[in-house]
Amino acid sequence: MDELQELTQDFLIEAFEMIEQLDQDLVELESRPDDLDLLNGIFRVAHTIKGSSSFLNFDILTRLTHHMEDVLNKARRAELQISPEVMDVVLESIDMMKGLLGSIRDNGNDTDAGINIDPVVAKLDAISSGESPDAAVSEAPAAAPAAPAAPEPAAEAPAEAEPDYANMSDDEVEAEIERLLKQRQEEDAKRRAEKKAEEGASGGAEAAAPAPEPVVEAPKEEAPAPAPEAPKPAPAAAKPAPAAAKAAAEPSDKDQKETHVTTVEQTIRVDVNRLDHLMNLIGELVLGKNRLLKIYDDVEERYEGEQFLEELNQVVSSVSMVTTDLQMAVMKTRMLAIGKVFNKFPRMIRDLSRELGKKIELRISGEETELDKSIVEVIGDPLVHIIRNSADHGIESPEDRVAKGKPELGIVNLKAYNEGNSIVIEIQDDGKGLDVEMLKSKALEKGLINEREADTMSDKEAFALIFRPGFSTAAKVTNVSGRGVGMDVVKTNIEKLNGIIDIDSELGRGSIIKLKIPLTLAIIQALMVGVQEEFYAIPLASVLETVRISEYDIYTVEGKSVMRLRDEVLSLVKLSDLFGVESTIEGRGFTYVVVLGLAEQKLGLIVDELVGQEEIVIKSLGDYLQDIEGIAGATIRGDGRVTLIADVGVLMHMSKKIKSSIGKDTGASKGSKKKEKPEDYRILVIDDSKTDRTIMKKSIEPLGVTVVEAADGQEALNIVKSSDEDFDALLIDIEMPKMDGYTLANEIRQFSRFRSLPLIAVTSRTSKTDRMRGVEVGMSEYITKPYSPDYLMNVVKRNINYKVDMPS
Amino acid sequence: MSTDKLKQVLKNQQKQKNAPDDIAEDDIVQLVGFMVGNEEFAVPILTIQEIIKPIESTRVPHTPPYVIGVFNLRGSVIPLIDLRQKFGYPKQKYTDETRFIVIKSKDQVSGFIIDKLTEALRIKESNIEPIPENMANEDNHIYGVGKKEDKILTILKVDSLLKKRGAEDAS
Repeated sequence: MDELQELTQDFLIEAFEMIEQLDQDLVELESRPDDLDLLNGIFRVAHTIKGSSSFLNFDILTRLTHHMEDVLNKARRAELQISPEVMDVVLESIDMMKGLLGSIRDNGNDTDAGINIDPVVAKLDAISSGESPDAAVSEAPAAAPAAPAAPEPAAEAPAEAEPDYANMSDDEVEAEIERLLKQRQEEDAKRRAEKKAEEGASGGAEAAAPAPEPVVEAPKEEAPAPAPEAPKPAPAAAKPAPAAAKAAAEPSDKDQKETHVTTVEQTIRVDVNRLDHLMNLIGELVLGKNRLLKIYDDVEERYEGEQFLEELNQVVSSVSMVTTDLQMAVMKTRMLAIGKVFNKFPRMIRDLSRELGKKIELRISGEETELDKSIVEVIGDPLVHIIRNSADHGIESPEDRVAKGKPELGIVNLKAYNEGNSIVIEIQDDGKGLDVEMLKSKALEKGLINEREADTMSDKEAFALIFRPGFSTAAKVTNVSGRGVGMDVVKTNIEKLNGIIDIDSELGRGSIIKLKIPLTLAIIQALMVGVQEEFYAIPLASVLETVRISEYDIYTVEGKSVMRLRDEVLSLVKLSDLFGVESTIEGRGFTYVVVLGLAEQKLGLIVDELVGQEEIVIKSLGDYLQDIEGIAGATIRGDGRVTLIADVGVLMHMSKKIKSSIGKDTGASKGSKKKEKPEDYRILVIDDSKTDRTIMKKSIEPLGVTVVEAADGQEALNIVKSSDEDFDALLIDIEMPKMDGYTLANEIRQFSRFRSLPLIAVTSRTSKTDRMRGVEVGMSEYITKPYSPDYLMNVVKRNINYKVDMPS
Repeated sequence: MSTDKLKQVLKNQQKQKNAPDDIAEDDIVQLVGFMVGNEEFAVPILTIQEIIKPIESTRVPHTPPYVIGVFNLRGSVIPLIDLRQKFGYPKQKYTDETRFIVIKSKDQVSGFIIDKLTEALRIKESNIEPIPENMANEDNHIYGVGKKEDKILTILKVDSLLKKRGAEDAS
């Protein structure tokens, strides 16, 4: 029994591997229905699975594959034309095969899944007996696809030979196969010669190089001539996958592909758990390395100039280098080519375009780009949704396209490439693009945004609306998309990966969605930031930039703090507010903003200090402290201390709930204190003349408020800045020594927490220019001497919002 | 190594089997006693991974005040809980006698701050009395009250101490 189980395991692994290749091959086959290599490859898969499954007693699977084999065998012997209708049935049967294999994997048999293969078997039978799968649509479909398949009008023979296949006698067919095989063998021989020539050339024999040239050229020229089934003779059954998508477009890179085929990969299967374990160990090693570096720094400081330092330095650097290399090497073992994910899309696009009645071509590039296995697993779903969206909402129907003067065939480009420590996946279509106004009105209608937001929204922000849950732009809900879940899934998954979504579109020209995803999840680069006396790590993948701003660059809009970053408005939140950090260090008038980007959102995080970039290993906080809001985990730093890692996704969410405390730094807590007694109001009187100060004091005395005096602007500024309690109003004389009233007002207004502090100029300067200047520097009121005490009192009363009942 | 481990596992199993019901037999429970505030508590010695002098910890936001934060124990990140605050005593600065007791049970590890260690002691299972019915609920973390000569000490339920914060807050 055990032995059988082991066999089944091996069978499943093999079968799933083959099937992965199969989808790709089949789609390619449809565009080149006579490619013998492809057909043989596909036939072999069905055949192998049939053989193994009958041995393992999976009867249903055996029966299904048997019938598939029949059809494919006929196609292979050119007794049958692969038409889109035939292909539909074949693809359907392959899906079913996958289902059965899945059931074997999960349940150990192929009966539990309850898959009924009878209809498909009947269709397959119908095809293999020469009928149309659905009804008596005789030979018409069979002939149709021949036309696109033979793009070479120059070739004389194929044009006639083509429709004849169906009517050929068995002998003729055999002869034809014979001929094709022979042709293939010749090509093989040539290819071998070519390869040899290449080797020879690389061996250094310069003279040898030009000689085999004509031989290399030969197959290229001859290939299209003999038969349409071999416009590209050698993508070789083993590895046609990467070629598929580009196939139609670039026959010229044939040579390159041929050389690919010849390298035999040496691989070994390793349990993923072992790799994970290895990765964990490396993680510990990286932490150890960080620690070592830190200690070395300390030691260097203490024993400067000592002999052993040099040696220690060498050891430390070599350990650190080896560790980095080791980490890269282990990371690479976990890397998979993204082609593994991309492979399923040609099939999807094919099905979609048939279903939607559109003509769409998917062009894939960069499928060899590698990224971590765990990421490859998560990236599939979002891509499915984005590509579906492009096909369904983006690309217009052929009629519309023609009407707009575009080619009938819509193009979806899928591209992957490396950028620093990230991989970028681009999905670009040449469809109708996103209509900003339409997006806005739709979002308004669904209550996702309000009028104000709609008005102030930038185009990018409007594009990002498509990621809101419950948003769908399709006028009608189709089978494919428009149910308003898809793009939301994209966002969630990309957020999980700490990725960034960038979306751009031009109406009528198409849209482009860029996903930027970190290469690996376990060991990441992080930006260390300081908040008061605490440190936090922010995944660098989510950091777009950092800026230093002055406190008065911060504005408050509807209770939210924002700043202007180039042409964008960025909402701000203090990390200390999010994490409830105790405030012990005084503000310095400027602050750092870490601009975070995650999925399609942006947020400015205000921190006190930027410490630097560090490599960190994510550790869990354990069960006891799981699910702490805003914390993704912890890491151990070079100095042995634990530093918490911020969860950027959650921070963005949290920031929406937090009311701005910026700009009211101390004011918010102290200033908002209830004013119960008249003495709670504090007024600062600034004048260089003692007499004037006394007059002012006397005038407002009846209010019972606390009055503080200052003799010049400099003194007043110091008092205002260092005072524990804020003032409710300042009475300022203009002409003063050291610092005049204008300068003082200007200085005070530099602090955002004093933005709304009433500054009342009390002066004998009455000219209009003086008043203007007063307004410019931020005076709230302008009183000219002489004034009546009552008048001054009332102005003060009004400005400080005096609400105490006069003591009776 | 593996045989040792096996033995320990067997021993643990045996102990678990015996502990709850075979009170009649003279089973000896080994405990470590410590002070928190002016009360003496104890936990089974086998649940203690180690006892260390106070080291630096990192505050974790959005946690109750008795969760001091997390600390680095030879590469592991471990939560640190102040038993003083947990048991309703005011917060206090570390003294020379303050220790972190690192307790482990079922893969869960946490460090607990205690005021000072008293002694390792052996108590007969029969000398441990369950707490009165009306006080027995999940929240008080008490397994029973042990009597030793003239002393009474509270034996803590380790599993409940280590139980994750979320569950506790909800109750």
